[in-house]
Amino acid sequence: MDELLGDFLTETGERIDLLEPELVRFEREPNNAEMLNAIFRLVHTIKGTCGFIGLHRLAKLAHAAETLMGQYRDGAPVTVESVSVILSSLDRIKLILSELEKTGAEPMGSDDDLVERLEQLALAQPGANLKPAEFSFVGELGRPLQLGEVSLDELERAWLTAPGPDGLVVAEPANRDLAPRSQTVRISVDMLENLMTTVSELVLTRNQLLDLVRKNGKSEFKSPLQRLSTVTAELQEGIMKARLQPIANAWQKLPRLVRELSLNLGKSIDLELDGGETELDRQVLELIKDPLTHMVRNAADHGIESSEERTRAGKPAMGHVKLRAGQEGGSIVIEVEDDGRGLSAAKIRYKALASHLATQAELNRLSDYEVFSFIFRPGFSTAGEVTEISGRGVGMDVVRANIEEIGGTIELKSTSIAGTIFRIKIPLTLAIMPALIVAAGAQCFAIPQFSVMELVRVGDNSEHQLERINATPVLRLRDKLLPLLDLAELLRLEVDDSPDTKRHDAAPTVVVMQHGRKTFGVLVDSVFHAEDLVVKPMSQLLRDIKMFSGNAILGDGSVIMIIDPNALAAAIAAVDATELKDLFVEVERDAPVAATSLLVFRAAAPMLKAVPLSLITRLEEFEASSIETMDGDELVQYRGALMPIVFFEGQRRRESGMQPVLVFTEADRPMGLAVDEIVDIVEEPLTIEITTDKPGLIGAAIVRGNATEIVDVSHYLAKGVGARLKPGQLATKRDIAVLLIDDSQFFRNMLAPLLEANGYRVTAVGSAEEALVLKERGSAFDLIVSDLEMPGMDGIAFAETLKGDEAWGKIPLVALSSYGSPRLIEQTRNAGFVSHVGKFDRKGLMDTLEECCKKWSCAA
Amino acid sequence: MTEHCAPSEEQDFVTVVTAGQVFGLDLDRVRDVFVPRGLSPVPLAPNEVAGLLNLRGRIVTAVDLRRRLGLGPRHDSAPAVAVGIEERGELYGLVVDGVGEVLRLPRSRCEANPVNLDERWAEICRGVYQLDEGLMVIVDVDKVLAFDRTAS
Repeated sequence: MDELLGDFLTETGERIDLLEPELVRFEREPNNAEMLNAIFRLVHTIKGTCGFIGLHRLAKLAHAAETLMGQYRDGAPVTVESVSVILSSLDRIKLILSELEKTGAEPMGSDDDLVERLEQLALAQPGANLKPAEFSFVGELGRPLQLGEVSLDELERAWLTAPGPDGLVVAEPANRDLAPRSQTVRISVDMLENLMTTVSELVLTRNQLLDLVRKNGKSEFKSPLQRLSTVTAELQEGIMKARLQPIANAWQKLPRLVRELSLNLGKSIDLELDGGETELDRQVLELIKDPLTHMVRNAADHGIESSEERTRAGKPAMGHVKLRAGQEGGSIVIEVEDDGRGLSAAKIRYKALASHLATQAELNRLSDYEVFSFIFRPGFSTAGEVTEISGRGVGMDVVRANIEEIGGTIELKSTSIAGTIFRIKIPLTLAIMPALIVAAGAQCFAIPQFSVMELVRVGDNSEHQLERINATPVLRLRDKLLPLLDLAELLRLEVDDSPDTKRHDAAPTVVVMQHGRKTFGVLVDSVFHAEDLVVKPMSQLLRDIKMFSGNAILGDGSVIMIIDPNALAAAIAAVDATELKDLFVEVERDAPVAATSLLVFRAAAPMLKAVPLSLITRLEEFEASSIETMDGDELVQYRGALMPIVFFEGQRRRESGMQPVLVFTEADRPMGLAVDEIVDIVEEPLTIEITTDKPGLIGAAIVRGNATEIVDVSHYLAKGVGARLKPGQLATKRDIAVLLIDDSQFFRNMLAPLLEANGYRVTAVGSAEEALVLKERGSAFDLIVSDLEMPGMDGIAFAETLKGDEAWGKIPLVALSSYGSPRLIEQTRNAGFVSHVGKFDRKGLMDTLEECCKKWSCAA
Repeated sequence: MTEHCAPSEEQDFVTVVTAGQVFGLDLDRVRDVFVPRGLSPVPLAPNEVAGLLNLRGRIVTAVDLRRRLGLGPRHDSAPAVAVGIEERGELYGLVVDGVGEVLRLPRSRCEANPVNLDERWAEICRGVYQLDEGLMVIVDVDKVLAFDRTAS
């Protein structure tokens, strides 16, 4: 291929890549004269060069595109259709270019189809010669708007209301990218790679020299070596910088992708890119491209709701996807944010259960936040249905795998009904890595510095002692239990582990590491020094060993393996799941208050209100007019039946628009609680600061720094259920006396009306001691439902006390608990409980009671 | 196997000795011969991998032919030599007991593996030459490096 053609190909390829995001922006801001000019110039240059070099097929196509673009420059309105045609033309040009690169000649074929459409569009422009004096914001078409067009005013408004920096951001990149590039030299990637390898070798040689001098002590080489060292470091830095590319290169294709997605999905989505100038190593850049594309696609497909859905939720019709990049220390942080519907913990729980990733008992123990991490597990995809866009079986697990492969981490920063934010942290470069050299057994290994938090010396002379729980080593560090991994054990190294030598009592060190959200310790025999390693990938033969991410040559010339923090984190997860599980449960339970997910909302008053999320079945919205009043009760048609809607005292009913409603389900009967606005979902330990006697309220608590009223759902539930269950309607009115023991007023308030609504006579007490007082007084019950975790006498002890009791010994006992570990269930059974029900599992409780009634035939 | 030993032409082999057996390696595939020094064993690696070493700034994966053939370990005192092989841009060292001369042999004289050859051997050998000094087994370099990568 001759040089001229080669240059042309590179240059044109770059120009087209530049053009794509410009075009998509152009569609949104058609009256940005500067941008229009820039695009026109680009097309023009492509056309010109093609003609010059004798590429007629290309020239013809570019010419037709240019003609149309020229009309836009002259003020013709831009339509969605025309941008689509121009984009297809660019695709065709790319296709021809790739053939050209392979064969050195334009492929056979005709572009008449596209040329014709371009020409048609150009001819169809009635305003072609209607040139406004300025490219001002008040440009008039002089004719009514056609289908698919919007007025300039509207566009302008949309643009102005769009979040983000002002118009500056538009003009700036256009200027920067399109300005004549002076003082730059184009060099091939291969050349750059070679330079990098050479510098890596230089670093290596320097390290070897430093090592020699270190060993020899005094040496006349010392000061020249110092200089060599500095120069090498500078050179290394320089080459690294040359390899850096703005991250914008990785997301160049995203605006077009989002545009096409929004057309295909019928949603309107705005993509905002922030921090595109952030630079990172081109190798990292290549590797991050696909995961980013995938995540943006996910956000657009699954995250952003349809315009109608958004309007109903009170959100702006246009959805926003935002990419933000920036540098934080030696890492690049990229955030992908959307303002869509957020992840549904309930859906994920269901999916996790359905795909056997976890059992119900395990899920019960996990907070919503922990549940979200399931989306990163292999074999998990939340898309309810497979769409054309995503959900092709490739999910976030692949994204995570790709990111972790380059030593990065990905986490869900936050998710709520207001949207989702993912946060990716990746190293600036892969080629050179600062690492800690440690010894395990008789061998040295390198641990990447980026995941090392601190070093803790343990042993006889240290304040930190190694402890073992059932042979699993743990370290007590600042009042927290740190799970430990023994590196030698993990690598199955042969160590002299006979009791006489007490290997770990010598002077072992714990390397405290953090990976993702996990913190753990790695037990090593000793720690040497830190060294910058030139990382090389492991040989194909050894790539299946997950424990190593690569290898490198040390200053002394030996080969060292680099431990992969991902593999350590995975190993700790395995340990965690087996031996340490019970331990953690214990620790959790000792913790003062466990976090509760709360739905924060406003209703009737400006003060925030909250209810535990676990009580809510769904969040719904109903057209205000669809809520009917019947016999003084508000009802709405819901899933083929009438659902009562309860309003807060003093709450103004909406005249029109959408009424947000929290749906609670009792014994398969839904009831709606109308609210004014859903504010947030937060997860915090719930401590009721002030209790109140006000009906409908449990009290007030501080949630996220705001005084928040905690709503007594049972109060409203009783109202709602009462609305439907008029006297006589209670199908199963039975004469069964139930004793409910629970220290939490909240649960007593919630459960008592429920039980009553189901036909039970309920006596509720706040402690086992109170229950025993009732026993002394000779009260009789048919069933006892008791909480397990209570201050003073707990549920288990209470059950033990009743064993063999003349009066109460035969009453069936049902345990209520928020935990459901198999060990606990066994304990309750041994203590004499006939059944164990989750605290929030209301249906389970009702079924269990029903069953007890049948079994012990205590029904009247 | 016969297509590898197509008649006509001659082929060059590097002869190596391991556990008393003479093996022939394709000369084209052999990059250099070196003494493996400073081996770092690789934990969790397949048994065939003797370790990693630094050869003039490049990391070499040493594969022990003895272990590959399921033979007993080499005596520590016995000298070892490695044959450098480049494969898909990576450098491997096939560790043997000793390296002999280069032989040019007509392909036609190559005979198929005896049917009763040990399975491990048959997997990596693609023929036998009857030489005056004894039998020389031709080792397929690609197959020597293709073994089960899970730790054993």
